[in-house]
Amino acid sequence: MAIATADRARPHVSLDWPAALKDAGVTALLAAALGIFIVGFRTVDRGVAGLQFDYQVVDVVVACVVIFFGRLALTAAAGGQPVPALLIGAGLLAAAQGLKLPSDFLTVVTSLIGVALVLRGLWSWLRRSEAGARIVADASEQFGTVTRQAFPWLGAGLLAFAVVLPFLPFADQKVMDLGILILTYVMLGWGLNIVVGLAGLLDLGYVAFYAVGAYAYAILATQHGWSFWAALPAAGILAAMFGVLLGFPVLRLRGDYLAIVTLGFGEIVRIVLLNWVDLTEGPAGIGNIPSAQILGHPFTPNAPEGKTPFHEWLGLEFSANHRLIFLYFIILVLALITNAVTVRLRRLPIGRAWEALREDEVACQALGINPTNTKLTAFAMGAMFAGFAGTFFAAKQRFISPESFVFIESAIILSIVVLGGMGSQMGVVLAAILLIGLPEWFRDLGQYRMLAFGLAMVLIMVFKPKGLVAHRDPTIHLHPPNGRRP
Amino acid sequence: MNQPLIQVDHLTMRFGGLVAVDDVSFAASHRQITAIIGPNGAGKTTVFNCITGFYRPTVGRLALHHDGREYLLERMAGHHIAGRARVARTFQNIRLFPGMSVLENLLVAQHNRLMLASGYTFLGIFGAASYRHAEARALDKARAWLDRIGLTPHADRQAGELPYGLQRRLEIARAMCTDPLLLCLDEPAAGLNPRESAELNQLLVSVRETERIGVLLIEHDMSVVMAISDHIIVLDYGRKIADGTPAQVRADPAVIRAYLGEVEEGEASHG
Repeated sequence: MAIATADRARPHVSLDWPAALKDAGVTALLAAALGIFIVGFRTVDRGVAGLQFDYQVVDVVVACVVIFFGRLALTAAAGGQPVPALLIGAGLLAAAQGLKLPSDFLTVVTSLIGVALVLRGLWSWLRRSEAGARIVADASEQFGTVTRQAFPWLGAGLLAFAVVLPFLPFADQKVMDLGILILTYVMLGWGLNIVVGLAGLLDLGYVAFYAVGAYAYAILATQHGWSFWAALPAAGILAAMFGVLLGFPVLRLRGDYLAIVTLGFGEIVRIVLLNWVDLTEGPAGIGNIPSAQILGHPFTPNAPEGKTPFHEWLGLEFSANHRLIFLYFIILVLALITNAVTVRLRRLPIGRAWEALREDEVACQALGINPTNTKLTAFAMGAMFAGFAGTFFAAKQRFISPESFVFIESAIILSIVVLGGMGSQMGVVLAAILLIGLPEWFRDLGQYRMLAFGLAMVLIMVFKPKGLVAHRDPTIHLHPPNGRRP
Repeated sequence: MNQPLIQVDHLTMRFGGLVAVDDVSFAASHRQITAIIGPNGAGKTTVFNCITGFYRPTVGRLALHHDGREYLLERMAGHHIAGRARVARTFQNIRLFPGMSVLENLLVAQHNRLMLASGYTFLGIFGAASYRHAEARALDKARAWLDRIGLTPHADRQAGELPYGLQRRLEIARAMCTDPLLLCLDEPAAGLNPRESAELNQLLVSVRETERIGVLLIEHDMSVVMAISDHIIVLDYGRKIADGTPAQVRADPAVIRAYLGEVEEGEASHG
């Protein structure tokens, strides 16, 4: 509303064309300087001649021209001149479809830019008139109300979908794998949410606890014959102990310093796994890890003597999907337990103390809250859920190596928490679907799929700087909100 | 006079070569408001930080007495000073939990009791009745304080959204929710308008009357200090230069020279 009023206050802004052209030129130059190294060269293997450069000058030039006009159109639209934006957008779209651009990628991107510019032009044209501005304001307000009202149903809807997903006709092996992957990250995100979102302790080495859980199960199962169900709590407790172990030395650290130490801890765990060959088999990893069984029935076509495979036990046709569906439900239940415990803890004194610690540690101390214990419990709880998730990961993959527990995993889990909105359980789910699901979905884009990942991150940070779900509900109300809004 | 609530002896705090507090001794009693005043940089907040455990004094003995027990604050960990010796404080620049609701701020203040009642979370997570009762009692206490500071209608708002004057009062209520024996207020009237400061005076006087606790007060606003203090301690350059009732302090030539010198005429007429 404020923006619309500001626009109305100065309806006929004359655009400073020389400045706009100069700005567009500078942007194109910048793009050229960056793009020449990223797009301009390509190394190709020429057999005998070895690796050689291929120069893609045309690509760079086309990209810079597109960027020049795109920037010009954006400046014009922002300055209240929608016509140039519409014309340039339409022109780019036509050029992308009509001319033969040097690569498919450029064609796709140029068309998208054209469409975006046309939309931007229409948007500013709509807002130029008073009636249009009112329509926009009303629409955005209604959209806000609708999303706010629909929000509580979103969780229930997603949960229902997650439960029925394995029985839907399109749920083949690929879909189930993706579902398991997303749920694993949801669970890890929920676990890290306790440490980062609630207690406000920036942990960059979270994957270490995931690794501890995975290796605990792998070693207990392959060397000591433990079953998945027996190893699950043991691995969780072991990971929680590692959480306390990490917690002790870093108690006095805050913010950046804590982040650096936890980053180091993550690397230490990975390097120990690489080098302690006697226990972990080092870089070769541990293979043949038994998968989870249901009441002692394995998911194999033929069971070892004395056991009945799952499909015979239930009198079904053997299907490799049974194992995936079973694993899917295990991770679904584990994730839901993580969520239930976190939601419950938030309403207990410990959870409130975590949040208070995030808000102001000095004030906590002045109220008699022991910051040491409070931080350690947060680390331990977060680590325990990572340990559970790690056990599940080992049982699902049936092979683990230190390769799986590199820093980028910690970074992805942290991005899920931050992009979802610190402390928001629903935000973690949405961010996990977006950040894990999207790149998998766009696997067809090949090398450009990480672009989708990056684009999602940039868009969220631009439009939702506090995360997808920035709203925080108090853990207790004096005046319950049903009825009138406070 | 019976034993004072807190007895501060020879308190000295050095930061490197700087002596922020130099051999200060004083006592504060139950049911009294003791004000510490002095020009900027006189070491008032440093005295507070020593009493509440944020600094460890270089020299000195800080003894808090209650129920026949003696707590030596200079030896206790910061959170035990609040939790066991029951000394609560507020801060010069307000330190609420801004992202949490007003009610949550008051519940966090009752953390230790609730934590015990929730069996260190293990009973609480299964919703044990003992915890539910403890939480209901904590809510009653929070509600009573909300009524007292006039924040009941704002209970579910984020603390950080409240106007400045309400945040000040909320911080005092939060400190009171810890059931303190000694309440240390660091410039509670800073930034308040005259009406808000008068309400603050009423609140502090009512706390002294009803709660049987000692109040230590750092304040620049002489209308607050002179109106409600029972006992004033004046610091200048880290040393105590006067100690007595408001009337005595106002008449003390050392105080007039060091502190009230320039504003004497204006203050004396309505102080």
